[in-house]
Amino acid sequence: MASLAERRPGGGVAPALEARDLTLSWDGGVHIVVEGISLSVCSGEVVCLVGKSGCGKTTILHALSGLTEPLQGRVLLHGADVSGQPGHVSYMLQKDLLVPSKRVIDNVCLPLVIGGMPKSEAHAKAAPLFERFGLEGTERQWPSQLSGGMRQRAAFLRTYLMGNDVALLDEPFSALDAITRTDMRTWYCQMARELGLASVVITHDVDEAVTMADRIYVLEGNPRGGVPTVVAGEVPIAREQVLAAEAVDDFSLTTAYVACKRQVLELLG
Amino acid sequence: MAATGANEPTHTRRIAVPAVTVAVLLVAWELAVRMGIVPNFLLPSPTQVVAALVSDAPLLASHAATTIVEATLGLGIGVVVGFAAAVLMDRFETVYLALDPLITISQTIPTVAIAPLLVLWFGYGLAPKVILIVLTTFFPVAVSLVSGFRATDPDVIDLMRTMGASDLQIFTQVKLPGALEHLFSGLRISATYAIVGAVISEWLGGFSGLGVYMTRVRKSFAYDRMFAVIILISVMSLALMRLVDVLERVCMPWKRAEQE
Repeated sequence: MASLAERRPGGGVAPALEARDLTLSWDGGVHIVVEGISLSVCSGEVVCLVGKSGCGKTTILHALSGLTEPLQGRVLLHGADVSGQPGHVSYMLQKDLLVPSKRVIDNVCLPLVIGGMPKSEAHAKAAPLFERFGLEGTERQWPSQLSGGMRQRAAFLRTYLMGNDVALLDEPFSALDAITRTDMRTWYCQMARELGLASVVITHDVDEAVTMADRIYVLEGNPRGGVPTVVAGEVPIAREQVLAAEAVDDFSLTTAYVACKRQVLELLG
Repeated sequence: MAATGANEPTHTRRIAVPAVTVAVLLVAWELAVRMGIVPNFLLPSPTQVVAALVSDAPLLASHAATTIVEATLGLGIGVVVGFAAAVLMDRFETVYLALDPLITISQTIPTVAIAPLLVLWFGYGLAPKVILIVLTTFFPVAVSLVSGFRATDPDVIDLMRTMGASDLQIFTQVKLPGALEHLFSGLRISATYAIVGAVISEWLGGFSGLGVYMTRVRKSFAYDRMFAVIILISVMSLALMRLVDVLERVCMPWKRAEQE
């Protein structure tokens, strides 16, 4: 099978995370949810998965994270097989899942402490990052004292401190209000590119996908009919155009944007 | 939290209304006895009860000490047993399936029915009392803890696993702190059971304790002392519940932040 990285204009860049020919099921193969899916993401790249609800987006992310073992196919992290092995890829869900009984700093340090780092050392490592993640002054607060946007940023910082260079995000912004959501998207994409993070983002919002992604995988499957989900197509987004448009105007008003969106919608059917 | 809604009673009202209710009831009771509506040999007046409480204070204190020792010992062991049962039930599905119906059935057996048996088996000393209290107090702790553990968001467990957390780490970092609120609501119930359980077991045999005192004053028809000891038992139960509240506030500082 030809690697997707080879087909990309940049050419020759090895993907950070690659799924090859994944077939997935929740119940040991009685019902196949996803069949023969291949996708990849490179460092510094944001890839979006778009599809109707119930088509198996979360199932795919679960398999990429190693929480479920694929029936067939493999998940490769920098070429090494990590199928069914959690702990190598950062995973963030729609809910921020901050632990209410831990102060914000202890929440974001959780992955470090679980990895065996002493608490004081973990705090020292996390503290300088609070400003970058827009969380300065919240270290000693409890999660319940933060706003929705702040909580989500804390969840991002925790995801970042997992120390992996691949992040899987399951509708990370959908719990936020519209203005916060737009700000957070821009903030995330900038940060992920600066840090060279490879991101796979699930969204049901086509606009969000076109705004954020470098590439969009459109998934096709019948949510009720039991037909396994496959990749219907792949839409590349010209990132330079997005950035150029954002500098002067709204990208969502350009013809390039509309063309991409149309392509995605056609694939969705 | 401050009174925000119009229907939300203020802090003062929350204290004043029940206080006035109690005061009115006490006055009515006092008057009913003084005016001879209820014969005094059947019902002592509140002032007589207080007088009995004061005159018998040293004796009551020594009996109360026995009851408190039994109650704390029984509650302590009951909490440990309940905690251990809950952890095992959460960890092993088989243990859960095996113990769940047994625990429920054990609670349908009336305390008063097994107390005499325990006295027969273990004598008049401390052992039967403590065993009875353990039997009654472990249940609320075990049941509330198990439901607390089971209420853990499966997504949080998945998230912990993607961080490479072990089962023990998931338990100590997420499950246990998440279940503390459940634990304390169970503990509050257990605390009241502990005092009542101690008194019931003393009733059925023993050398000292408030239950023993109670049977003695009942036999001598000293109703004022009877009421005095009832009041003392309620006060002790309330104090123990209050202690649980304080413990909860200390153990769960994030709850205070949520309430502010």
